[in-house]
Amino acid sequence: MMAEHRKGARMSSTHRDSFGKTINRDHSVILAHAVPLLTILLGSLTPMLPLIASGPVMPPFGFMFLLAWRIVRPGLMPPWIGLPLGAFDDLFSGQPFGNAILLWSIAMLAMDAIEARFPWRSFWQDWATASGMIAAYLVLGALVAGGNFEPQRFLLLIPQLAFSILLFPIVGRIVAFFDRVRLFRIKVIG
Amino acid sequence: MAPPTKRRTGHSKKAQFSAFTGYLVAGIGVLVGAGLLLLSVWKPNAMASLRAEATDLTVPAGKAGATVRSDSQGVIESVAGYFDAANKNARLKREMEEARVRLVEAKAVEAENARLKALLGLREEEVKPVAFARLIGSSSASTRRFAYLSAGSDDGVKPGMPIRSPMGLVGRVLEVGDGSSRVMLLTDTASMVPVRRNTDNVVAFAEGRADGTLRLRLINLGINPLKKGDVFVTSGAGGIFRPGIAVAVVEKVTHDGALALPLANPAATIHVAVDPVWVPQAADVVAQPAPGGPQ
Repeated sequence: MMAEHRKGARMSSTHRDSFGKTINRDHSVILAHAVPLLTILLGSLTPMLPLIASGPVMPPFGFMFLLAWRIVRPGLMPPWIGLPLGAFDDLFSGQPFGNAILLWSIAMLAMDAIEARFPWRSFWQDWATASGMIAAYLVLGALVAGGNFEPQRFLLLIPQLAFSILLFPIVGRIVAFFDRVRLFRIKVIG
Repeated sequence: MAPPTKRRTGHSKKAQFSAFTGYLVAGIGVLVGAGLLLLSVWKPNAMASLRAEATDLTVPAGKAGATVRSDSQGVIESVAGYFDAANKNARLKREMEEARVRLVEAKAVEAENARLKALLGLREEEVKPVAFARLIGSSSASTRRFAYLSAGSDDGVKPGMPIRSPMGLVGRVLEVGDGSSRVMLLTDTASMVPVRRNTDNVVAFAEGRADGTLRLRLINLGINPLKKGDVFVTSGAGGIFRPGIAVAVVEKVTHDGALALPLANPAATIHVAVDPVWVPQAADVVAQPAPGGPQ
């Protein structure tokens, strides 16, 4: 009787859940892995937006998307992903080549260490972790950027840092949306 | 929420190896990044060709974006124009009258110039730009101030060439791809332009400060003769920039010079002209990598 009832409920929901049709469809491996990479690559391309900034104003979107994917789906990307993705970011960011390769690789290892130390996470802890990572990324980036170094350049980073930290939960939301897109069942079985 | 325990690989040899290799490659990534970073700091142009090719690929998208930007700026300006139309009208009338006076003065100066040049036997030489292009992007997340230009070696652009807009100097070309190039803006911290006051021969260097302003360092120290509102133009020293291009206006006088605002605001600049290097021999000097210089 119970089983009959449950079966009836499933039939009436037209065989769909939040990832699309459940019958005869499966997740696409390509989509599941390409979507995170593409969002990070697009984030790295923000310097090609037609905004000629007079100072460092844009958040480092490539790095923020990497962190957000790492937080939303731990283990989805291998720890070495900072090497290829960082190399792509370095082509456009204006920083000396190698900056993002180094810092993104360290960030992936640091996220693993933080996760091992504090396994039970919450929204506030994730935000604090990401904020710390972004702050370290911007300060270290400014240190290696070259040019004539002046201590007051760190004050320049404050608006950018504040903007990046405030924007991070929104980036997390965007990543959560793309996570649903990524797992949409589009592959037809049989 | 606890994370999935992916790192506990259990007894599966395959899982153990893949976890181990992952961390090994991540460690190698750190080393490779550090090595490349040292290389870039030591030889800033080491990755120039790679960067130039990558930028070339994104130029079509960048150009489309620049078109949207110029169109949308027009829309915003025309809407904003309605809000202060009366004030603007009054101000424009006043400025118009001032400008008429200036125009008469300028004509007098022009006539005198022509007379003096005729005396000296100098020929009027008009500098013809190498190319006209758009600024399609900038290093907006970095503390360096670079911009990307939609013209490259196919259009005759070479490293060292000055970039200017109708308002004044914007920067100079740093790296050149086939259809794009990287420009070091005036406000970059490695940019240094020899300038002089337009009214007399007070010479200075205009250094970028990465926040949209310039620092003017006077070459002759002593009593600071600068005043707010002084306009500085290129002096022609060094041979890259031809003399007389407007650069900056003094905003705040400091003890050894002044803080100045660039006259050609790159954010409001859409079309720019690429000029040839003023003294061609200077291009060879620019092509040599300077230790600790611009990258």
